[in-house]
Amino acid sequence: MTGDRLEGRPDIPRFEALVLPHLDAAFNLARWLTRDGQEAEEIVQEAFVRALRFFSGYRGGDVKAWLLAIVRNTCHDRMRRERPGGQTTEFDEEVHGVDRDEPGPEAAMLIAENSQAVSRALEELPLEFREALVLREIEGLSYKEIAGVTGLPIGTVMSRLARARRRMQVQLADRPRKEV
Amino acid sequence: MSCEHSEELLNAYLDGETDRVVGADIERVLRECPDCSTALRNHQALRAAMKSGRLAFTAPAGLEARVRQALRDEQRAGQRGESLVEPRAGAPARWVWPRWLTVALPAAAVLVVGLLFLRPASGPVPAGDLLSEELVTDHIRSLQADHLTDVASTDQHTVKPWFDGRLDFSPDVRDLAEQGSPLVGGRLDYAGNRAVAALVYRRRQHVINVFVWPAAGGDAAPVPEPARRGYNVIRWTRSGFAHAAVSDLNATELSELADTLSR
Repeated sequence: MTGDRLEGRPDIPRFEALVLPHLDAAFNLARWLTRDGQEAEEIVQEAFVRALRFFSGYRGGDVKAWLLAIVRNTCHDRMRRERPGGQTTEFDEEVHGVDRDEPGPEAAMLIAENSQAVSRALEELPLEFREALVLREIEGLSYKEIAGVTGLPIGTVMSRLARARRRMQVQLADRPRKEV
Repeated sequence: MSCEHSEELLNAYLDGETDRVVGADIERVLRECPDCSTALRNHQALRAAMKSGRLAFTAPAGLEARVRQALRDEQRAGQRGESLVEPRAGAPARWVWPRWLTVALPAAAVLVVGLLFLRPASGPVPAGDLLSEELVTDHIRSLQADHLTDVASTDQHTVKPWFDGRLDFSPDVRDLAEQGSPLVGGRLDYAGNRAVAALVYRRRQHVINVFVWPAAGGDAAPVPEPARRGYNVIRWTRSGFAHAAVSDLNATELSELADTLSR
């Protein structure tokens, strides 16, 4: 039973050397998903403990994407638990996905001018869009890695990213300038 | 974009996710279509704003120390056979480690030891029998509406990582489309007092569940069992994982699938 968790001790020094460098990424994702610093800290701790438990099942591959998948699942599990009954409805690509508005040509300027508004617009995106965009833009994951982290087909990742960005642009272009 | 060029493609192009041929095509469109180049400018502004670094949160001071502590607590708890109950942040825990783990681990150990002794014996095998019965029940339940897959994907590279963070092991996931049984997704299931991975394949109109869980002992070739309630069950062990294929597919074809997976 080599490497079996039932017998062996998890190799904490090796785990820490491999996984702890991604603490910031883990916190960043949890913070964006929960929009709450305290909750994000709790989730990160929980996710690292889970990761340690699953470490024997880790078979190589990108550690950061592996850890972020666990952080993401920990977030979603907690959200499901905290909103019992209610928000179990699946994210509906059709309902959430259709945007008729087009960002105008002036959107680029407005976006560049106001980074605070960019942050707020991201925070206001539906969870599924926010998640895809944070993984792509802030964490720099590839489509394939995002598909792995979220458990979605790559085609869905592509369309979510496109819609998420369009929403951001429309929202930023619509925001009155006085909010700056 | 008024032109019919897909916005998704434009996004993929900007993300460096298209090959060079498609990339060249998009560049030509961008030069010729004013709406597209506006869209491109908007995208570039948004990307620049998001990549500026101001959006990235960094871990607060002290979090690393708390994580290290939690890992050591977890290891100590593991050695005492306990389970970590709560995260150690300032606020009271609102989330508790799933109880079934504390039950499942010892139960799995008992099961594994039981199988080790009982399986090679000739004649009926009560422990294995019970488990097969349970797996058939899992299979039937999975056929009910919307129970078949938690992650629906024909891509093994999507299905495999989906199990990360949901199971304490990482099952081997293979697509068998070339053999006529495409992978359609995966699901968490429960059998023998533990969480198991269920990989779902389809052959013609037949659904095949392949259950996977860690097991001790060496490899064991697929052994077809007598049909139960009209379902065929074949079990084998490979590389430290026990497998069970359950389906109403005929025994010959199910054996072929089991043979392929056990190689």
